Amino acid sequence: MTRWGMVIDLDKCAACQACVVACRAENNVAFAGEEEAAKGRAIFWMQLLPVAEGEYPRMKISFIPVPCMHCDNPPCVKVCPVNATYKNEEGLVGQIYTRCIGCRLCTVACPYTVRFFNWYDPQWPTEMASSLNPEVYVRPRGIVEKCSFCVQRIRRAKETAKAEGREIRDGEVQTACAQTCPGHAIYFGDLDDPNSTVSRLAHSGRAFRLMEDLGTEPKVYYLASGEWDVFKHPDEEAISRRRLSERRKQL
Amino acid sequence: MRRLPQEEADSVLFRPLMRSSWRFYVAVLILGSMVAWAGFAWLYQLTQGLGATGLNRPVYWGIYITNFIFFIGISHAGTLISAILRVAHAGWRRPITRSAEAITVFALMVGPINIIFDLGRPDRLLNVFIFGRYQSPLLWDVLAITTYFTGSILYLYLPLIPDIAMARDRVRPGHWKHLLFTLLALGWRGTELQKKRLHRAIGIMSVIIIPIAVSVHTVVSWVLAMTVQPMWHSAIFGPYFVVGAIFSGIATLLIAMAVLRKMLHLEDYLKPDHFNKLGLLLLVMTLLWLYFTFSEYLTTFYGNAPDELSVFYSKWHGEFAWLFWTMVVVTFIIPFFILAIPRTRTITGVVIASILINIGMWIERYTIVVPTLTRPRLPYDIGVYLPTWVELSITLGEFAGLALLYVLFTRLFPIVSLWEIKEGEEEEREKAQRVLAEPKPEGKLAALRRIVSG
Repeated sequence: MTRWGMVIDLDKCAACQACVVACRAENNVAFAGEEEAAKGRAIFWMQLLPVAEGEYPRMKISFIPVPCMHCDNPPCVKVCPVNATYKNEEGLVGQIYTRCIGCRLCTVACPYTVRFFNWYDPQWPTEMASSLNPEVYVRPRGIVEKCSFCVQRIRRAKETAKAEGREIRDGEVQTACAQTCPGHAIYFGDLDDPNSTVSRLAHSGRAFRLMEDLGTEPKVYYLASGEWDVFKHPDEEAISRRRLSERRKQL
Repeated sequence: MRRLPQEEADSVLFRPLMRSSWRFYVAVLILGSMVAWAGFAWLYQLTQGLGATGLNRPVYWGIYITNFIFFIGISHAGTLISAILRVAHAGWRRPITRSAEAITVFALMVGPINIIFDLGRPDRLLNVFIFGRYQSPLLWDVLAITTYFTGSILYLYLPLIPDIAMARDRVRPGHWKHLLFTLLALGWRGTELQKKRLHRAIGIMSVIIIPIAVSVHTVVSWVLAMTVQPMWHSAIFGPYFVVGAIFSGIATLLIAMAVLRKMLHLEDYLKPDHFNKLGLLLLVMTLLWLYFTFSEYLTTFYGNAPDELSVFYSKWHGEFAWLFWTMVVVTFIIPFFILAIPRTRTITGVVIASILINIGMWIERYTIVVPTLTRPRLPYDIGVYLPTWVELSITLGEFAGLALLYVLFTRLFPIVSLWEIKEGEEEEREKAQRVLAEPKPEGKLAALRRIVSG
């Protein structure tokens, strides 16, 4: 069975926020406006979280892109009174927009604070309102929403694969954030496939997840920055393997 | 023939049912307009969306949830006081049970409405019944509160039946109140069989209602405690909330009793001794509350977990410190001394302590709900929450609504359980007669004389 997961390489992330913008456009995320955003009403299915470590002058600032973690053991799903949020057989934590009553018990139960509430009717600047993604439901006021791992893209890829009578290939499904990332820092794929890029990266020594001690089993992995010796990127591994065989031939 | 003084006194209880003073109309006008204003605020919120509140991310819950917990807490006045005292056969409970039970019913009408105010989509409320998941603590709330509400209505109604019958006999036939009382009295004539059945029913209800009441505030706390959030995820939250609920419940009962005593001239029924006894009970609850609060905060502090500590310090010396320390002063320090010193444990003293305790308990609920939400685990910005006029108007409206329901109730039904008082008096008289009728035990001296002379 497929188990969708994401790997974000923090060493490659340049904190350019292209993922944030791409996600917005892909998923019809409403614009809160400057004033409301200052009140904390902005919605970000993908956001860039600045993390400051240490104190001046020995200080390090890093940025972590944070989507929904799609936990295997999701605290939000557990508490929903109406089954409006659920985990499907492929490990996606989904939201049924037409059922959600907006009680926000899931938003307060989520330890990652990655669930968002529609405080007002959704709005876009006029130029954008006409170019909404027709494949994504426009969420009305009063309900909760969050990153869906671009479920519409997963669905499309599945249909294509089915029409062509084959399995989905590794790397075939790309979330909007992964597709747009200029540094190729975001990988998306099947964690259950031992040969997929994401599952190999998730098993690397650099891989960690946010708040693993809570037992939520997130399916978003991060690759720590600055520890190149521990980690071997699959591409590099291939390169080094090729080099090795070349040297053998030479010998 | 001159009326007996007792009968005259009892007519005090029925007077508000027959005639309404100008004070009643003024009270209804003021409270009613406050409720109407809150209704307007809610309509405004419905048209604007929850953006009309001060809520945001990460402070997704604010004073609606605070009010919810607070009013459900107040509802514990009735049942726990009246049921426990009934089960314990405490004779002094008789004049106060009714006013306590009424608080329960009305607080249970006001409290859960907050959930509707808080919902993003109140129009989808029925989804809770259609798609309800019993794994969700919110469903436990729905189940517990509806059970409690049904139970406490029954528990209020059963002991009302004989008094309704008495009221029925005092209203002239043809009046709409006569019809109402006739219907509600269920043909009560006070026969021995009816009395026996009523006693049985009340006895069963008073035993059943106690675990239900305990379960209600336990599951209310579990909505918070079942999450993994810092300073919510606590095993003592269930009993801590129940203790707080009984605490604020008794305080509310005392305030209501003092108002009733003054406004309806019930000095003969609600005596200083009642305030003294309930005041002592309140003193015990003050100490119990301190014990729970102390346990909760000390374990958090000593455990030294960073996520927990950041919430802890926000209350200890952060932006919630003024609320937290106000809470400690008004729920514990001042009431403790007022209630512990016999000279200050007067009606006025007890009422002052009760008002302070209710303010403090509201703050307690607030400082449980909000600070945790302002400190997300990931390093987001610290949350800021300021309720808007919409939330404040609705909150005031809720307090007014509770008072309004109570005032209207006192105009329809006797607020003191008259038949129970009479029954108590009869029991006392019988007991006294039995004691008088018994042969006097022989004194030691007489026995000695008899032996000596015999």
